[in-house]
Amino acid sequence: MIKARGLARRFRTRGHTVDAVQGVDIDVAPGELVGFLGPNGAGKSTTLRMLTTLLTPTAGEAIVAGCDLLTDPAGVRKRIGYVAQGHGSGESQKVVEEAELQGRFYGLSAAEAKRRTAELFQRLELTELADRTAGALSGGQKRRLDITMGVLHKPELLFLDEPSAGLDPQSRSNLWDHIRALHRDGTTIFLTTHYLDEADALCDRILVIDHGRIVAEGSPDGLKSQVAGDLVRFETDMPSVAAEIAGKVEGAQELHVDGNTVRFRVPRGDTELPALLRALDQADVALMSVQVQRPTLDDVFLTMTGRSLREDAHA
Amino acid sequence: MRDIWLVFLRCVRPTLRSPFVIVFGVTQPLLFLVLFGPLLGGSGSWQWFVPGLIIQMGLFSTAYAGFTLIPEIRSGALERMRVTPVSRVALLLGRVLHDVVLLVLQCALLLGLSTIFGFRASIGHVLAGLVFAVLMGVSIGSASYTLALKLKHEYLFAPVLSSTVMPLLLLSGVLLPMDQGPDWLYTLSRINPFSHIADGIRAVIAGNFGTSSVLVGGIVAVVLAVVALAWGTRSFRRANA
Repeated sequence: MIKARGLARRFRTRGHTVDAVQGVDIDVAPGELVGFLGPNGAGKSTTLRMLTTLLTPTAGEAIVAGCDLLTDPAGVRKRIGYVAQGHGSGESQKVVEEAELQGRFYGLSAAEAKRRTAELFQRLELTELADRTAGALSGGQKRRLDITMGVLHKPELLFLDEPSAGLDPQSRSNLWDHIRALHRDGTTIFLTTHYLDEADALCDRILVIDHGRIVAEGSPDGLKSQVAGDLVRFETDMPSVAAEIAGKVEGAQELHVDGNTVRFRVPRGDTELPALLRALDQADVALMSVQVQRPTLDDVFLTMTGRSLREDAHA
Repeated sequence: MRDIWLVFLRCVRPTLRSPFVIVFGVTQPLLFLVLFGPLLGGSGSWQWFVPGLIIQMGLFSTAYAGFTLIPEIRSGALERMRVTPVSRVALLLGRVLHDVVLLVLQCALLLGLSTIFGFRASIGHVLAGLVFAVLMGVSIGSASYTLALKLKHEYLFAPVLSSTVMPLLLLSGVLLPMDQGPDWLYTLSRINPFSHIADGIRAVIAGNFGTSSVLVGGIVAVVLAVVALAWGTRSFRRANA
């Protein structure tokens, strides 16, 4: 669905050159839901703007939805849907009219645009808001209108740029449900996000981008298993004995003792734990608490780049 | 054409929902009509002054059209439409069409109100004068949107606009006859295309179709419209604008 090779974009501003995107390769198969994860300013939106014909790449080439990005941008536009970071509806436009016109921009007849809009409004719970002006909608409602406008023409491929940015938790999980439903119906989805939980919750596969380069790629679980493994942590009043036993667990790494707390990483914490507990019990080590923590995508990012995504996201 | 119509529809609907916008746009030229026109004295002065209101209308109303584009640039609405297969030139032309229609309506309203003060003209001549309004709507509207597209912010657009509109208006000779001023001012006003268009409109509304003012005014109006459209379509078509 997407095949990009060496896609790059350089900006020149007042004598400075900024390489926002430095030659990324992207492959997305039909039916996938792929996340493009990275901190703000990593080059996610720039890449997306190139793939959606809004920005001409300074180097590289891409086939998007079967059309060549450079020679047939009009063909790309016909086949894709794009929901940008900002709100795409005009403040003074009536919600239903704005959506119907969007359908007609894609070549639908007036009747067809009306029918599709009604159908999607039903599905995205906008029917009751149809006669308001877009400016009067809440953030979550606007977002659902944006999504409606992005899929009116039933695109094979949908691009979402930071779909849940600025939404409250409830609107967010509601939006995720809608995105999943679109994906179930066979739409290929490519979304950018700087939220780890979003990438984790939605995506089949994740591309991690940093400083304009793709630094890692894989399924959320696959990426997490590249990190040294699960974090096992327990509290005891005999930390030194406990640490010695923990050190004998197969594959144990990064063993630390901190006061009464012993922690270490092991590839599969859940399967190692029963044996460890038995061993500790036999040595008469009493435990106060035990925790196994799966690695997060933040751990992945930290391992790949040496920086925490979370700190960056809030910077 | 279909695309232009769709974009036109999108612009017209909010205007129709709040029609006072049309009337509101007329206030400034109307103030000149009521509070300035009588100073010129004599019933003949109305025949001279009122046609110039069409120029005023264009500069005070259509020139500000770009302000409606800026929020759409910022919110991403323009970008959303640029990703659809809709013609990018239609995104400009549909808007300009809206402003041309608006300008013609406003001019008609203004000329109608002028008759209260004693302005007289035949309907046919007024219609010919409105052809100039159409051409001005095209040139001023295109230029305004293109400028808005380039500047992207109200705080840049507003000063550029007001520092352009005021000299164009003052030097167009629609308020007072420029040939009564010093030579340098007269020369400056002759450089201003709108002074020629004003002469053309006056001649047409007076029914003097055979005069050179009509020809010169007409040519200037057409050339201005073509140049503005060319600039506009080029900017709107550019991939990375």
